[in-house]
Amino acid sequence: MASGARAIGALALLLVAAPLVAVAWAAGGVSLSAADWAALRFTVLQATVSSVVSVLLAVPVAKALARRRFPGRGALITLMGAPSLLPVIVAVLGLVAVYGRAGWLNDGLAAAGLPRVQVYGLQGVVMAHVFLNLPLATRMLLQGWQAIPAERFRLAESLSFRPADVARHLERPMLAEVVPGALATVFAVCLTSFAVALVLGGGPRATTLELAIYQAVRFDFDLGHAAGLALVQTALGAAAALAAWRMAQAAGFGAGLDRAPMWRGPDGWRRGADVLALGLAAAFLLVPMVAILLRGLPGLADLPPEVWAAAGRSVTVALVSTAATMTAALTLAVAVARGGARWLDLAAALPLATSGLVLGTGLFLIAQPIVPPTRLALPVTVLVNALLALPFAFRLLLPEARALHAGYGRLAESLGLQGPARLRLLTLPRLARPLGFSAGLTAALSMGDLGVIALFAADQGATLPLMVQRLMGAYRTEAAAGAALLLVGLSFALFWAFDAGGRRAAA
Amino acid sequence: MLQLDRVELAQPGFRLTADWSVPKGARVALIGPSGAGKSSLLSAIAGFFPPVAGRILWAGTDIGAMPPGARPLSILFQDQNLFPHLTLAQNVAMGLRADLRLSTDERARVAAALARVGLQGLDDRRPGELSGGQQGRAALARVLLRARPLLLLDEPFAALGPALKGQMLGLVAEVAEDTGATVLMVTHDPADARRFAELTVLVAEGVAHRPHPTEALFAEPPPPLADYLGGA
Repeated sequence: MASGARAIGALALLLVAAPLVAVAWAAGGVSLSAADWAALRFTVLQATVSSVVSVLLAVPVAKALARRRFPGRGALITLMGAPSLLPVIVAVLGLVAVYGRAGWLNDGLAAAGLPRVQVYGLQGVVMAHVFLNLPLATRMLLQGWQAIPAERFRLAESLSFRPADVARHLERPMLAEVVPGALATVFAVCLTSFAVALVLGGGPRATTLELAIYQAVRFDFDLGHAAGLALVQTALGAAAALAAWRMAQAAGFGAGLDRAPMWRGPDGWRRGADVLALGLAAAFLLVPMVAILLRGLPGLADLPPEVWAAAGRSVTVALVSTAATMTAALTLAVAVARGGARWLDLAAALPLATSGLVLGTGLFLIAQPIVPPTRLALPVTVLVNALLALPFAFRLLLPEARALHAGYGRLAESLGLQGPARLRLLTLPRLARPLGFSAGLTAALSMGDLGVIALFAADQGATLPLMVQRLMGAYRTEAAAGAALLLVGLSFALFWAFDAGGRRAAA
Repeated sequence: MLQLDRVELAQPGFRLTADWSVPKGARVALIGPSGAGKSSLLSAIAGFFPPVAGRILWAGTDIGAMPPGARPLSILFQDQNLFPHLTLAQNVAMGLRADLRLSTDERARVAAALARVGLQGLDDRRPGELSGGQQGRAALARVLLRARPLLLLDEPFAALGPALKGQMLGLVAEVAEDTGATVLMVTHDPADARRFAELTVLVAEGVAHRPHPTEALFAEPPPPLADYLGGA
């Protein structure tokens, strides 16, 4: 086990380090143009605005969820988590359907004789990022609220604190601790945004570094330039990821978040404010998902055959990368839980410092002299998806692996339970629940990923997210919507299958 | 014979030495204040806490380099002696083969062991469905099947009431008789020591003293034991 963990840790390190070295090597002597500086500025600007808006909006939503009890609260929390599993390209499609040029909102505004709103550029990118990250930020803050001991709220009630006193003595100190982590996490996620910028950004004023890397490889065929951008992206991403990893508690993705509120929320106008916050957040998050469903259904009946082929490729990619991620994450988590070497921790976390396009560029540079990169599109996609999911799966498994080791490690050792028998009889059954959950998450993320595949794919061999993007780009709106619905359905189905499978195995 | 040859345990703020032996088949109680190192000494013998110095020998062989599962002993911890997701039969069968690939004959031995401790018919139950006493019995059934010459008890019955604990100690005595095992038992309760063990090791002030006949020890307790017993 220990030697297996070292081998897997070394492999993970190598697979991240080799592309980075290739990028650094190729980037030698490249200087940034004015357009590159603009991309850097826009990347930081949109990530800053996106994270601040996401977290600011999450405060009233999390507060309302924390202090109100109402029928359907659990369902609302679950539904509001759905955007996290939604493939980014599909989320963008849903937002365009609602806020786009011919979307529901603009139709309504036009009917009322009002000017149309614009979904492209900075505001579109920020809106998409808020849509994708508001659930994450809300979960992180809600955990903060729920981490305040119930006794404090009882004490506050017995001292007849007014809401302002509760805010001052209980909530603001909690927020001061939780908000920086939430900001850093959302910021780090938005820094590596590619698919959102690909559709809603672009042009000299709304290009992210990831998008600029893609353009340098695909349109300018300038690998040196791409490498230079990738190096900048890595420096930026690594710093942000490190800050987020340090500051943020692991977001528990729903577990325990529908616990009953621990104190009675105040009546009066504050009740109205809570209802408003929840109503607006639910509408903002749910309406685009409804739009995806309604727009996609008509197109679902006669999808072009290449969409089904792409779906098959995507499911295969998702399953293979999930298998790779889970093998690595479980082996590393068990080894670290048993007191393995510290660098195994680093091996599992290092992919956070990179991004899909950075790893992709590096692998492109390595592969290009040997074999045409388009022939490696799917293997590279599997590899990059597996690597990028590793830190999250590892982080979800580690506390459970630690608890298992603390609870039953000595008993297993005293009985000589080890090797495959230990895996079969102890580790897998006891960790089935977090294994199923993190496998579901990995599969859904991999299924919906649109990043490195865009860099490598030829006209043939696209995955389903890339197919959706191409259909959108070709203005085949109905087919794009149908394919998007298929993509969501498959992503959610994969998540559900793994998660439910894990829960059943644990029962 | 279990021999502790100038064994020394150390951790920040904790130090314990032991230099004595126990004859084969003896039943020995370890008594002393909390934190003195009774459990640590058992952990060291079982292979979970490597001593900083000295050797641990069984029948003249140094067992210090063996992994816990390979040592000639069974150990019962204070809690978590059964895997909660496995059935009683599976838990007990781990005493025969940890990978649970049993022959028909071995299955019969598992059933017999369960019957021996009074748990016949409960093969398919999970530990969570059983009382504390039944869980203790299941763990002892596994000890029966492991049939190792040394049995270490780290207060596995501390959570049981006095009557039930008495029954369990009776069962331990029977199991030890059946397997011919030497028993080392940690306890807080002088009554347990007097009822169960002919020898007692006093663990106090950084030393695990050499085993002493139990009755004689309690008849004239040395100062650390007198302190522990509270003016006895």
